[in-house]
Amino acid sequence: MVSFKLLIFVALCYVAFLFTVAFAADRRAAQGRDNWLRSPITYTLSLSIYCTAWTFYGAVGYAARSGLEFVTIYLGPTLVLVGWWWVLRRLVRIGRSQRITSIADLISSRFGKSTGLGVLVTVLAVTAATPYIALQLQSVTLSFEVFSQQSGSDWHGNDTNLTALWIAGGLTLFTVIFGTRNLDANERHHGVVMAIAVEAVVKLFALVAVGAFIVWGVAGGPVETLAMIDASPISQFQQPGGRWVALTFLSAAAFLCLPRMFQVLVVENSDERHLATASWAFPLYLFLMSLFVVPIAVVGLDLMPEGSNPDLFVLTLPLALGQQGLAMLSFLGGFSSATSMVIVATIALATMVSNHIVLPLWLRRRSSGASLHGDVRQVVLLSRRLSIAGVLALGYVYYRLSGGGTALAAIGLVSFAGAVQVLPSMIGGMFWRGATHAGAAAGLVTGFSVWLWSMFLPSFGVGEILSPQVFAHGPFGLGWLRPQALFGIEGLDPVVHAVMWSMILNSAVFFLVSILTFPTPLERLQGTQFVNVFDHSHGARSWTQNAADAEDLLIMSQRILGPTEAQAIFQREASAQGKAGYLPDVTPRFVERLERELSGSVGAATAHAMIGQLTQGASVSVEDLIAVADEAAQILEYSSRLEAKSSEQERTARQLREANEKMTVLSVQKDAFLSQISHELRTPMTSIRAFSEILVDGGIPRPDQARYARIIHEESTRLTRLLDDLLDLSVLESGQVTLSRQTGVLNDVLDRAVAAVGLRDSGLEVRRSRSDEAVTLVTDLDRLTQVFINIIANVRKYCDHAQPVLRILVSRTAAGVTVDFVDNGKGIDKDQQELIFEKFSRLTDPGKAGGAGLGLAICREIMNRLGGAISYLPGQGGAAFRVFLPAEPPDLPAG
Amino acid sequence: MSSGPNPNVFLGRSSYRTRRLRDAVMILPVLGLLLWNLPLVWQGGPGPKLTSSVLIFVFGVWLALIVLALVLARPTMPGDAEGKESGPR
Repeated sequence: MVSFKLLIFVALCYVAFLFTVAFAADRRAAQGRDNWLRSPITYTLSLSIYCTAWTFYGAVGYAARSGLEFVTIYLGPTLVLVGWWWVLRRLVRIGRSQRITSIADLISSRFGKSTGLGVLVTVLAVTAATPYIALQLQSVTLSFEVFSQQSGSDWHGNDTNLTALWIAGGLTLFTVIFGTRNLDANERHHGVVMAIAVEAVVKLFALVAVGAFIVWGVAGGPVETLAMIDASPISQFQQPGGRWVALTFLSAAAFLCLPRMFQVLVVENSDERHLATASWAFPLYLFLMSLFVVPIAVVGLDLMPEGSNPDLFVLTLPLALGQQGLAMLSFLGGFSSATSMVIVATIALATMVSNHIVLPLWLRRRSSGASLHGDVRQVVLLSRRLSIAGVLALGYVYYRLSGGGTALAAIGLVSFAGAVQVLPSMIGGMFWRGATHAGAAAGLVTGFSVWLWSMFLPSFGVGEILSPQVFAHGPFGLGWLRPQALFGIEGLDPVVHAVMWSMILNSAVFFLVSILTFPTPLERLQGTQFVNVFDHSHGARSWTQNAADAEDLLIMSQRILGPTEAQAIFQREASAQGKAGYLPDVTPRFVERLERELSGSVGAATAHAMIGQLTQGASVSVEDLIAVADEAAQILEYSSRLEAKSSEQERTARQLREANEKMTVLSVQKDAFLSQISHELRTPMTSIRAFSEILVDGGIPRPDQARYARIIHEESTRLTRLLDDLLDLSVLESGQVTLSRQTGVLNDVLDRAVAAVGLRDSGLEVRRSRSDEAVTLVTDLDRLTQVFINIIANVRKYCDHAQPVLRILVSRTAAGVTVDFVDNGKGIDKDQQELIFEKFSRLTDPGKAGGAGLGLAICREIMNRLGGAISYLPGQGGAAFRVFLPAEPPDLPAG
Repeated sequence: MSSGPNPNVFLGRSSYRTRRLRDAVMILPVLGLLLWNLPLVWQGGPGPKLTSSVLIFVFGVWLALIVLALVLARPTMPGDAEGKESGPR
């Protein structure tokens, strides 16, 4: 007898094991060692969330009731996968090129990035999935119940509800921890995927083990098993053809449309070629999962007492036959099936709820300039977490209200039929350019309503929500609206009836409204990109005139993607354009690419709205579309070599233009400097000469003598300093400087620099994080200190805030260490940012600075010599300098 | 399924072979659909249709499809350039 306590202990150990697996996988991915996490086998195993508790327990029950019909649920997905070249490849390619985050995002993005459609699909998906989540909770509590009855412990209704609550709570915790760890631009969850891959192996192993035991241990071999099937109540194959075809279709469609399947199939896919492996490996998985279902059902019907629940044969048979270990394994298999489905479904639904309902509402509330203020990342993560809790709470409430009891298979089919209402819009949108937003919306609403009326509401049972009156005579006596005999066609199987009518009406309305309405330009553009996804992978441009400023875009992107990633994207784009620094030209192509990156985090519609706020409503017109088309035709005419050449010329021209501008400004500055430097040299010289003449003449009282001598001394010190700076710079530039290699801690270097600047009476507050600064450096520390001193002194001079604050942020990357100095002042104008590192450049008020404008030029030379870099970091809310030190120091002589 | 204007009408021997194998992949689900619906219409002898024989037939077709998909998977795999992650992430 397995004691109930032991069972709970094993279950808890298993859960702890899953947490460890997920945590380790996340860690490996964060370290970049994610090769095997992204293998085709992991991908295939993650698809197995198709097999939920409905498969693990329900398939046997289904077979015991209706014979071989259960197999249709697995034939459909097999057809979709072996024919992956038809739909799946296209779907995955679109998903990746458009950075799709969910099925609602796919529909919304295809039909003009519409928020309304996103909401519609989200509501549909949540309605359809809630009973299914409830079903999983029910199956786990049922399996607990079986064990508790076996071991004779007390088990009341309250305990069942409490178990369900604990399970829902635990699943929320797991999903929140691993599903919303970070806001990845690709929306991938390595920890979750790894955990469900492990669960996939457990459930397959468990079911095959039970099956093998039944066939060889109980029945006595395959031949005897077949004989037992022939002698069983389900020996005759009396399959209604309509159900067989309808269920195959339904399962194939659901495989594509279920939010959780879309999540693992498309969103978590990292390489299109994994599909090729999954095309045979996943059908094999389904084959093995189904192979022993009929034998288990037949043996169960034979051995178990009359009236026992066939849905639990997988668990009760081993128990009845005294195989405690096997029963425990089977329990873990069922537990795995239920939990993995709930986790992925919750993540998929929460992404949809958060991206298509919560975020748009939040954006609307903060209407103007919302994209520039507040940390969007935190809002997105919070709304995801709340959505996860919300979805699971809905599932739990449904479980409590329905009270369980309905046969598992029935709920599964209702949920499938709801999810596939997306199919016409999805397939139509992928293959037919003429599909419009209005068509999709009308089709979805029609399909959803027919499903609600003919399948979802009747699923609660006659007399529960719909009265027997309505079933018999229709609402308000309208006979043609009877839920299970629409338009007066009677005698159809309820499932076939609902699937057939909802699909026919959905598709017909979708098609009719599509051909009668006219798409907006953006819809047409998206339609072309979806339908011709294999022709131009980078897509056509969508923004023509742009008022957006690169710096504003950077600020917004930082809020969504995080500073590191956003800066990397901007820097990459800038260098592709042949520019230095972080601010590329705002070309339509760049804006489009950026929008796609953002949509990976917050969904297409939201990203489009946020970018739209900044580009100030610059939208596509039909003329733009024609221009795009013309352009595409022209490009085809040119040879690819010519194209490459012209883009290179463009890049060179841009560089030349930039260099020219810089030189013009520099020449002006140089003239200014010459007069400045003569002035700087002359002022001290004049006073030195004057005072020394007075001293030479003699006859001055002693105190005056000392005073004059001190003035001469101070003035010559100033001169020396100026000449030292000039000398320092020329030595650095000519490469004759000797640097020495020292080892030290960044913390100390910064301490020294801050102390040297002497901030006591300047009112400047320095905020540092000591823990981040504990980095060991191998470089010329004295020179580095000089750089830091220069930057801090600059901040002290120029920061114009009433209460100046300097933040020093240290971060470590694989390439090296970056130290950011960010103040809260006005910052530096964009046109000045290019010039501050040049020699002799000085901002505005020369008197205030009291130097010759050589400081930052020296800093740049030093950093170049040390193998690092110093740059101005725009978009930080004040002036910001970034010092980068490479992890590998250049060859320096030991000092 | 090569849509769009393609100037290269004549392909090399190997890429021609790849395309025909992709055609084979595309015919697999049609084949599966036809065979799996066969039990609905067949009249096997005088006695009633037995679940066990339909079971063997359905699972046999299943296994055959898996083997065919396995054989076709490698030669039809999308090339390196087509399937990889976009962007230097």
